[in-house]
Amino acid sequence: MHYKRPKADVVIVGLGWAGSTMAEELTRAGLNVVAIERGAWRDTSTSFPTTRNPDELSGSIRKDILQAPVTETYTVRNRPGETALPLRKYHNLTLGNNVGGAGTHWAGASWRWQSFDHQPYSRVMERYGAKQLVDGLILQDWGASYHDLEPFYDRFEKIAGTSGTAGVINGVKQPGGNPFEDSRTSPYPTPALERTRANILFSEATTRMGYSPFPVPSAMIGGPYTNALGINLAPCTYCGYCQLYGCGNWSKSSPNICILPVLMQRPNFTVVTESEVVRINTTADKKMATGVTFVDSDGNIGEQPADIVITATFTLDNTRLLLLSGISTPYDVNTGQGVVGRAFTFQTLSWAFMFFENEYLNPFMNTGALATQIDDFNGDNFDHTGLGFIGGAGIQSLCNQGLPIGMSGLVPEGSPRWGKGWKKAFQKSYQNYAQIQGQGTNFAHREQFMDLDPTYKDRFGQPLLRITYDYNENDRRSGRFIRDKCVEIAKEMGAREIKGVSLADDPYSGYTPWDSSHVQGGVVMGEDPRTSVQNRYQQNWDVPNLFVIGASSFPNNAGYNPTVAVGATTLWTAKAIKDLYLKNPGPLVRL
Amino acid sequence: MTRNLFQRALRISFHSGFMLSLAALPVNVVHAQNAPVNARMEHGRYLAVAGDCLACHTAADGKPFAGGLDLKTPFGIITTSNITSDKETGIGNWTFQQFDDAVRHGKGPNGHLYPAMPYTAYSQITDADIADLWEYIRTLPPVNHKVESNKLPFPYNIRTLLVFWNLLFFKDAAFVPDNSKSAEINRGAYLVQSLGHCGTCHTPKNALGGDTKDTFQGASLQGWFAPDLTNNAHTGLGQWTADDIVTYLRSGTNRYTAASGPMTEAIVNSTQHLTDADLQAIAAYFKSLPPRTVSPPQPLPASNAQVTAGQRDFMVECSACHRSSGAGISNMIPDLRNNPAVKAQNPDSLLNIVLKGTEGPATLANPTGAAMPGFGWKLQDEQIANVLTYIRNSWGNAAPALSAADVSKARAAINAQPAVPR
Repeated sequence: MHYKRPKADVVIVGLGWAGSTMAEELTRAGLNVVAIERGAWRDTSTSFPTTRNPDELSGSIRKDILQAPVTETYTVRNRPGETALPLRKYHNLTLGNNVGGAGTHWAGASWRWQSFDHQPYSRVMERYGAKQLVDGLILQDWGASYHDLEPFYDRFEKIAGTSGTAGVINGVKQPGGNPFEDSRTSPYPTPALERTRANILFSEATTRMGYSPFPVPSAMIGGPYTNALGINLAPCTYCGYCQLYGCGNWSKSSPNICILPVLMQRPNFTVVTESEVVRINTTADKKMATGVTFVDSDGNIGEQPADIVITATFTLDNTRLLLLSGISTPYDVNTGQGVVGRAFTFQTLSWAFMFFENEYLNPFMNTGALATQIDDFNGDNFDHTGLGFIGGAGIQSLCNQGLPIGMSGLVPEGSPRWGKGWKKAFQKSYQNYAQIQGQGTNFAHREQFMDLDPTYKDRFGQPLLRITYDYNENDRRSGRFIRDKCVEIAKEMGAREIKGVSLADDPYSGYTPWDSSHVQGGVVMGEDPRTSVQNRYQQNWDVPNLFVIGASSFPNNAGYNPTVAVGATTLWTAKAIKDLYLKNPGPLVRL
Repeated sequence: MTRNLFQRALRISFHSGFMLSLAALPVNVVHAQNAPVNARMEHGRYLAVAGDCLACHTAADGKPFAGGLDLKTPFGIITTSNITSDKETGIGNWTFQQFDDAVRHGKGPNGHLYPAMPYTAYSQITDADIADLWEYIRTLPPVNHKVESNKLPFPYNIRTLLVFWNLLFFKDAAFVPDNSKSAEINRGAYLVQSLGHCGTCHTPKNALGGDTKDTFQGASLQGWFAPDLTNNAHTGLGQWTADDIVTYLRSGTNRYTAASGPMTEAIVNSTQHLTDADLQAIAAYFKSLPPRTVSPPQPLPASNAQVTAGQRDFMVECSACHRSSGAGISNMIPDLRNNPAVKAQNPDSLLNIVLKGTEGPATLANPTGAAMPGFGWKLQDEQIANVLTYIRNSWGNAAPALSAADVSKARAAINAQPAVPR
């Protein structure tokens, strides 16, 4: 059956962080907004009750909260010319499967990105010149600077209730914060989380080494807080069930907790759940979007007409939706022309895994983004002259796991694999295992891109998205550099056994353990329609009533998690729609 | 009984097309009638909200005001009537006189109404207000929905017997202001005693369901204990300021507590929509009431075996949210210290909340809607008895201990899940 829903002012595809943040802004402005979400409804208290939600088997092991690859997946190859194969098992792209999206199950590191991350091209050219770039690297500015985005970072933190210790407020350095952070107008809404024993050891070691440790800003609420929308958040209880779990305690920022209770009270908001948008509809000349077509849970095909179309799906699916809808020019790796699918980025992770001899690290007291970090080797916070790469990593003592099944494999190499010997080793290692993560930058490359797969199709018969990606020389160099720093710190912390790893030393795979899940780009924002799909307001250059929001807009990946940057750019775009576009519908940037 | 409309809308969505929108919510009808606005009808709409007509005259998942909700009384089930303007199944053919007879005097077209309809309170509605209420009620869009209202067993199914009940317990008299009190207190008294019908739940009843003289001293109904509303500092509102009462009725929460059970519905449907002046008046009235005269019992000693065992389970199961100090989180998670609901002699609400959990109030002023999960499946009768005994006798609290048998009885009475075997 085909049906057509009444026309809306705005249709939003996907109700995760980006979609719900946008919906809150636009409904508050009085627009009639319909959101269409692939996943099912989830409610904080009833879907994730604290009495039964902490279940490692269904959460971390069976990954019940994620969208299963059997429903929708991607194909992957390392370089052009290879045949891509679909990811058929759970992989590092952790898609949400509910209203709230991945924002329901995320771990919660809540970073503002730095000036450098928003303007990497200008900064690198200014400090080092083109000689610093390895062959094929693509570097470009976003068109929106940190200065432009600061008020929106501020607002998003006050929606999320982010916990942390400020580093620089109105230009003045603050004790205990990140001295490298760009100036903020207000402190974090809630205080930093308590530190673990491993965090303290890391803090002491890096201080001795002359670095500047600080608490990683977190979605785990540091104290009672009423957010910018009037919703109450409760302090984190350190139960340790964060990543791959919804928080039923109102203690982890998520769309479900921080936005949806307000949104669902507004008569001008509707969400259509368990319905997947398969196409953005346009006028015949492709100059305007007219709405979207979706398949609902009964298999019926619905159409939602709207004056403004906003897509806020999982990062990669934003690219796919444009490709499936024939909007804007797809990237062609042979000519370097075209923009959709171009500038796909991942992250470059390095690790030091360590065992102490006789510690009591008590990892059971943890939470999702519980980490102490140094930014001395992140972004462009250090001189790269002679190093042969740009970027770096946030290096952190990450205490986000203490669950028994997950920890059971973390015993020193050479330990017995079963029986009494294993038990003894596990008992000891549970209290003595620690890790340092280097979460590294990744810059776009002309051979890293996305397009439609020529072979594999989804359940609706539409081609899957194909990822062509491998680490480039910049990643390998920065990855090893950061790995060595991680190992030096682990030694200073007094660990007995240390193993350093740079994941970029091996080819990219979607299944690599300990890897990042932060994929970005494909529908990037920018200053030039030849190298970006959208202008600085995330407005499509060709179709002015189409806005694609989320990390798909970011032309490079930072040594930070992306969510708060997604929130800030979404609020920035919402303001442009409300203040500029509604008054004068049409391109907001004219060249 | 608790039918948070927001939650209900979500449940509806699971069954019918997955559209979640407040536009489909019954409560919205109260705000968004499209009929031509006239001031008296608008005032009538406000009075209907103050009287919370919607709550009883709408079935779970039913059309607003079309009746069909089963009220479980000690005498059997009474199903509420359709009060929409449908001529066949509603009150579309009624005159104002018939409406007045029913609402203020308990007389319906088929004889006497059962006092589950709070005409015992509504009798105090002023002539002007009942007229305005009719102006609004008569405009409710017709919904054809036949309701069989009287399913009571013999002899309660004989409506004529209500003549005697009314003689005994119904004072069919208009509200008389107390000239020794301020206009604000009198306004509050009027709202509380008439439209608000607070005594319907909060005033103890005698064996025949009539109000006792212990007005607002707390009463048990449908598995809940509607707490003492007098100024008793131990079990009543003695420690709350007028602002605490206003905040509670406006948002469903205040610095001490969050609404639970049937009160959540009263706040979500009714009190949150009242004007500030009316809420201040209600608060002023309650603060003017004398305290219930009972002295608090002595707390059980910390060495009591139940208290010790209860503390251990409290730390494991409860302290993460309610904090180990019992302080909770302001406007969200109830403070268990000095909390009248905790210290009430009657533990029905505590047992209900622990066994089945409770939905949180989601209001315009506090949209959070944080809920308490049920522990019935997880904790044994003895554990629940111990935890509640610990809570009721810690941090300055003092209340009688509970036994495993009390919990077992409540579990059966409210149809809570059995605990998983240990």
